[in-house]
Amino acid sequence: MKKSINALTKVLVTVTMFTTSFTAFSEGNEVATLRDSTAIETQKTPDAIPNVANTDIKQKRNYPMQPPLIPHKVRNYQVDLKVNKCMSCHSRNRTDESQAPMVSVTHYMDRDGNFLAEVSPRRYFCSQCHVPQRDAEPLVENTFVDMNTLMKEKQASKAEKH
Amino acid sequence: MKNLVLRIWHTLRKPSVHFSLGFLVIGGFIAGIIFWGGFNTALELSNTEEFCISCHEMENNPYEELKTTIHFTNRSGVRATCPDCHVPHKWTDKIARKMQASKEVWGKIFGTINTPEKFEAKRRHLAENEWTRLKANDSLECRNCHNFDYMDFTAQSTRAEEQHSTSLASGEKTCIDCHKGIAHELPDMTGVEGW
Repeated sequence: MKKSINALTKVLVTVTMFTTSFTAFSEGNEVATLRDSTAIETQKTPDAIPNVANTDIKQKRNYPMQPPLIPHKVRNYQVDLKVNKCMSCHSRNRTDESQAPMVSVTHYMDRDGNFLAEVSPRRYFCSQCHVPQRDAEPLVENTFVDMNTLMKEKQASKAEKH
Repeated sequence: MKNLVLRIWHTLRKPSVHFSLGFLVIGGFIAGIIFWGGFNTALELSNTEEFCISCHEMENNPYEELKTTIHFTNRSGVRATCPDCHVPHKWTDKIARKMQASKEVWGKIFGTINTPEKFEAKRRHLAENEWTRLKANDSLECRNCHNFDYMDFTAQSTRAEEQHSTSLASGEKTCIDCHKGIAHELPDMTGVEGW
């Protein structure tokens, strides 16, 4: 009896493994990729490069602690060992002339919390976190609600109860 | 010595005995055209991009860097070549610039920037030369194409409009004050005003 159960599970496991791997393989072709299922030996025609928003108007955050978005073009901005183009407007000693938002003080701190005279090396490459946006329909709807709205809603519901 | 000078002076003053006055005048006129035309053709030839990048120093460093910028490729297909920005268009200024450029021939012969490392070491110095020149002539080479009088501020971004209608319009700033490193990579900018 025990033996036959073992044999049955073995068969079942093999069948499920086989079917799952088969479905995974057949579905593999339908997964959207950047190459859009272009054959491996051919070069895909590149997508058009979209224009980024260049409105200079600050945008709302899309999730908590989101690094502020860049509301302007940054084409060919040089950020390397020699120079940081972003900092020519956003650094602490340039904002009076440029009227650009000042880089947060946290960017001048090293990982031990010491303040440095220059932007900390780990924060140097701005576009690692800050990115410009294009005017496009979001692929996935954003359901983020910020803390202020949450608190207001809570207060409103409390007021209703009373 | 004095005798020699006097003899030449007398020969120059003497009326011609072998050639007619007409031949000398017309001949001189034609020779003038040929020499002047030749001079200008040679000048124009040295004012082309092909000439500039015939040196590997220029082809491998500044020209390569230019290729990724908007002055090389853009939506409307108008592009700037080396002399558009680096040589004045007016004749007298052009000659003055060409005389300065003889220093570059020296640099070519002695290979002052013939490796990427040497070019990198000289980058700040070379960039400063160009900044000083453009600052002194009120960004003349920029203005050959970008005419302030025909700028439409309403078509510019908010930031650009703000800067152009104030600092640039009042003449307090000139193009190069803000637009550094637009066609080539910037050097280390420590100590440069506005950086």
